[in-house]
Amino acid sequence: MTTPAKGDGTETSAAGAATLTKDAAAGETLLKVTGLQKHFPIKKGLLQRQVGAVRAVDGIDFEVKAGETLGVVGESGCGKSTMGRLITRLLEPTAGKVEFEGKDITHLGVSGMRPLRRDVQMIFQDPYSSLNPRHTIGTIVGAPFRLQGVEPAGGIKKEVQRLLEVVGLNPEHYNRYPHEFSGGQRQRIGIARALALNPKLVVADEPVSALDVSIQAQVVNLLDDLQQELGLTYVIIAHDLSVVRHVSDRIAVMYLGKIVELADRESLYRAPMHPYTKALMSAVPIPDPRRKHAKSERILLKGDVPSPISPPSGCRFHTRCWKATEICRTTEPPLIELRPAQQVACHHPENFEDQAPQDTVLLTAAKEASAFVADEVLAASAQTSVAVAAEANGSTEVEADADADADADADGQESTDRQK
Amino acid sequence: MLAYLIRRLFAAAVMLVVIILVVFGIFFLVPKWAGVDIASSFVGKQADPAAVEAVRQKLGLSDPIYAQVWEFFKGIFAGRTYAAGGDVTHCSAPCFGYSFRSEQAIWPVLTDRFPVTLGLALGAAVLWLIFGIAAGVLSALKRGSIWDRGAMVVALSGVSLPIYFTGLLSLSVFVFGLGWFDGQYTPLEESFTGWFGGMILPWITLAFLYAAMYARITRATMLEILGEDYIRTARAKGLKEQTVIGKHAMRSTMTPILTMLGMDLGALIGGAILTETTFNLPGLGQAVLNAIKNQDLPVILGVTLITSLAVLIANLVVDVLYAVIDPRVRLA
Amino acid sequence: MTELSKTGAALGEPTGTSPAPTSFLEVRDLKVHFPTDDGLVKSVDGLSFQLEKGKTLGIVGESGSGKSVTSLGIMGLHTAGQYGKRKAQISGEIWLNGTELLSADPDHVRKLRGRDMAMIFQDPLSALHPYYTIGHQIVEAYRIHHKVDKKTAKRRAVEMLDRVGIPQPDKRVDSYPHEFSGGMRQRAMIAMSLVNNPELLIADEPTTALDVTVQAQILDLIRDLQKEFGSAVIIITHDLGVVAELADDILVMYGGRCVERGPAEKVFYEPRHPYTWGLLGSMPRLDREQQERLIPVKGSPPSLINVPSGCAFNPRCPYADVPKDNVTRTVRPELSEVGSRHWAACHMTQEQRERIWTEEIAPKL
Repeated sequence: MTTPAKGDGTETSAAGAATLTKDAAAGETLLKVTGLQKHFPIKKGLLQRQVGAVRAVDGIDFEVKAGETLGVVGESGCGKSTMGRLITRLLEPTAGKVEFEGKDITHLGVSGMRPLRRDVQMIFQDPYSSLNPRHTIGTIVGAPFRLQGVEPAGGIKKEVQRLLEVVGLNPEHYNRYPHEFSGGQRQRIGIARALALNPKLVVADEPVSALDVSIQAQVVNLLDDLQQELGLTYVIIAHDLSVVRHVSDRIAVMYLGKIVELADRESLYRAPMHPYTKALMSAVPIPDPRRKHAKSERILLKGDVPSPISPPSGCRFHTRCWKATEICRTTEPPLIELRPAQQVACHHPENFEDQAPQDTVLLTAAKEASAFVADEVLAASAQTSVAVAAEANGSTEVEADADADADADADGQESTDRQK
Repeated sequence: MLAYLIRRLFAAAVMLVVIILVVFGIFFLVPKWAGVDIASSFVGKQADPAAVEAVRQKLGLSDPIYAQVWEFFKGIFAGRTYAAGGDVTHCSAPCFGYSFRSEQAIWPVLTDRFPVTLGLALGAAVLWLIFGIAAGVLSALKRGSIWDRGAMVVALSGVSLPIYFTGLLSLSVFVFGLGWFDGQYTPLEESFTGWFGGMILPWITLAFLYAAMYARITRATMLEILGEDYIRTARAKGLKEQTVIGKHAMRSTMTPILTMLGMDLGALIGGAILTETTFNLPGLGQAVLNAIKNQDLPVILGVTLITSLAVLIANLVVDVLYAVIDPRVRLA
Repeated sequence: MTELSKTGAALGEPTGTSPAPTSFLEVRDLKVHFPTDDGLVKSVDGLSFQLEKGKTLGIVGESGSGKSVTSLGIMGLHTAGQYGKRKAQISGEIWLNGTELLSADPDHVRKLRGRDMAMIFQDPLSALHPYYTIGHQIVEAYRIHHKVDKKTAKRRAVEMLDRVGIPQPDKRVDSYPHEFSGGMRQRAMIAMSLVNNPELLIADEPTTALDVTVQAQILDLIRDLQKEFGSAVIIITHDLGVVAELADDILVMYGGRCVERGPAEKVFYEPRHPYTWGLLGSMPRLDREQQERLIPVKGSPPSLINVPSGCAFNPRCPYADVPKDNVTRTVRPELSEVGSRHWAACHMTQEQRERIWTEEIAPKL
């Protein structure tokens, strides 16, 4: 996705302004999410008392600008799919705010959402279960017109055939049923249906993960072409970091219901700042047998993702992070812009100056975790941090919060004591 | 596991109270709303008003509903005395009501007849489990073969032929034709062989119907289970095919069968009306049939309660067995 | 054990038989066909390869290419317990340690299963029996092949769980599969498959159902265990990254046949089949600069009932017209040697392929 006309990540002041022009100009904020939360209650017993909640999405903020692609990555259970369903309002948020073109859609009902359903469409992961097997693809792709009561010029059938052609299917297959198509073709049908009403925002939840490698590439390219031709805005949710890198302009990395890093594609992949991002990227197997013997850059995370029912205190990653110190256990790091267009929520970021340099004593868990990280990685990360710090000291960027310092010192003391 | 058991027991107790309330409500309140006078139905069609009034007094039918329910509950534990004027009838605990039609307490009627029905249901269940499951498993393993098709045709006829047809057929062949059995019910206390001989035809008749259903469900479940990944894993370990089927596949196949068994046993204990009538067995089913004919409401009420209790207990047992078989249930 | 005395071609040729294999595992002209109502599904249609102890073979292919069918065929799981279904038609030879498995007594093959050859499946949740504890399932796997009491077997199970990195193995041994996380389940599955020290381990998409960070742990574990146990490993996957991490040799399957086979480095750096080029071009790569566009393979995978005549890949091949006389559509190409221990099945001349790869494909990757 390398259209030059695309939003390049620069902030526009139009954010939040209720300019309801039909087509938001490229670079303008199309979708704005603030403090978004979704907790699924857990009920137990005869009386269905609520005994807890799965905190699937637990307070996230981001914006999507017209014409760009925001990629969302994370492992299963990080809340990325729930997030997709919240912004398309297939689910109602527990808290927070979703604004589409400046309009608050957080709690709109079914009828309130109807006009918006034209502008916001979703593509699902499984092209087998998301198409009704008893309907012809003509009916499936034409359904949005009937639901919205729209009569396209030239009639529904003609328009559906045009759409089929756009997504690379034979328009003569109008009367066939989903089972007559392969997985890749079905995903194209799903895309044609999503495009029917000329939406502004398309949210795609794992659009290629059920497809074979060679077919994946076809669909990725199709999404790419459609964006260029129709000026679509995408939110693409996927677990595959290489696919996400390929399609996205900006990328949000999620862990346990939070965004831990949100940055430009280039910055993120070149110099990830959150240790989790770094671990995630290093875990992707590289299709290059010559690098098999150079495994030192791999960071193996210990254990599994903790339960979203009772997420860890402070930074949610501290239980598996090799850099975690006491402050990580006690204080949740805010998502702040450390570099232009790179927001990170970490006390001890990689490739950047330490945000809590006074807190140096590693937690016991971190010591165990660092056993899984090659010495080279640790040394390199320490070096970059120092280098960046030295560089930054000259500028005005170092404004450490005095209170946080004091707290962190106390915490550091405590953790030293514990380790004795 | 213990917590699970306690939870289920508690739920069953609550359920029992709810059932008693509902049944009581249906039997005593619905006629009232419908404008039918229960008291007169107790006395008979040509009752004089004084007799009706006496019955009403005796049964406390003019009392408020909650008082009636309370009296009934109290009767179960403490016994009950029906008194109207000088006419006093005592019904000792556990009193599940008193039939003024046949002038006897309900509880002894139930205890008399319950063993007959229980024997019928359990005996038939053993038969249908053995034959139904065996036929189902074999059908599944020989899917598509002559044997499979034959077994499924038999199963289909078993399901579709009514008891009074198969029952009468077996009676006419084995009792009246060949004379192998005398077609009489002998209580177990008197003679085991007599009891067994009297029960064998009802068992087979009843089991034929149920075995057919169990064979079909076993076959379907087994086929599904055989396609599971963990069955392939079991083979990949090098297990003998007998163990793969007999242990790994059977254990999973048991769960739906168990669920069915709980429901069926419960329902049968409440009265296998057709079977008991066809073979003239003095069980609960026959009792309730007579009661319906005579409009003997207290008996119907008593049998209904016992039936509910039986279903409840059967389901409780099944729930526990279910948890033994499937560890995932214990968590829920 | 059946000694087949057939005259045949030299070792390494895709077809032909010779009586005495020298490799630890040798598959010769394996065919697995399934009769269905719509016709004969030729899932595997003439596959040959060898594998030595201590080495890893990666079988790569898309869904329906026959890679999983091959693994089940080696394990003898197409014939065990296929009740009433129309029987799979299997031919060819599978030599494991000097024994030909297809003609051997099924009960003998059963005894080899789990002891000499073991398998790890894709989805550990469905591959483990939900009603038995992890320990029970491992103990069972051990006691089929070892005459030991339950206590000894359980100690062995705990030892294996510990070895595959399950914390508190003495407690977790009594847990049920649903009480484990996905990664832990796959570890348990690996523990179970290695409990008898098998000489051949087949891992069928062992990490596809797992998250990347967990995948990294599991791949690491498989690599370590192979070093430790010295087994031969077949890893079946659609993910070129996974094979690149683990495999010494790579076998690329398409439409039930091998289209390219060779040392991993050759297959990645000097691939000689257009389908392999397609796989490499379809894949977005983290280790390279951002590609402008992916180069997908056009069309869809072939039907295994009506496999295209000639080269099965010809309808999707951009170079189908390079060889003369329409040969790609009429003659099925056989594997031919394109380098040392490197074979590919393509009608283009080696020079043509070398030129296309170096000039047209490689620069775009």
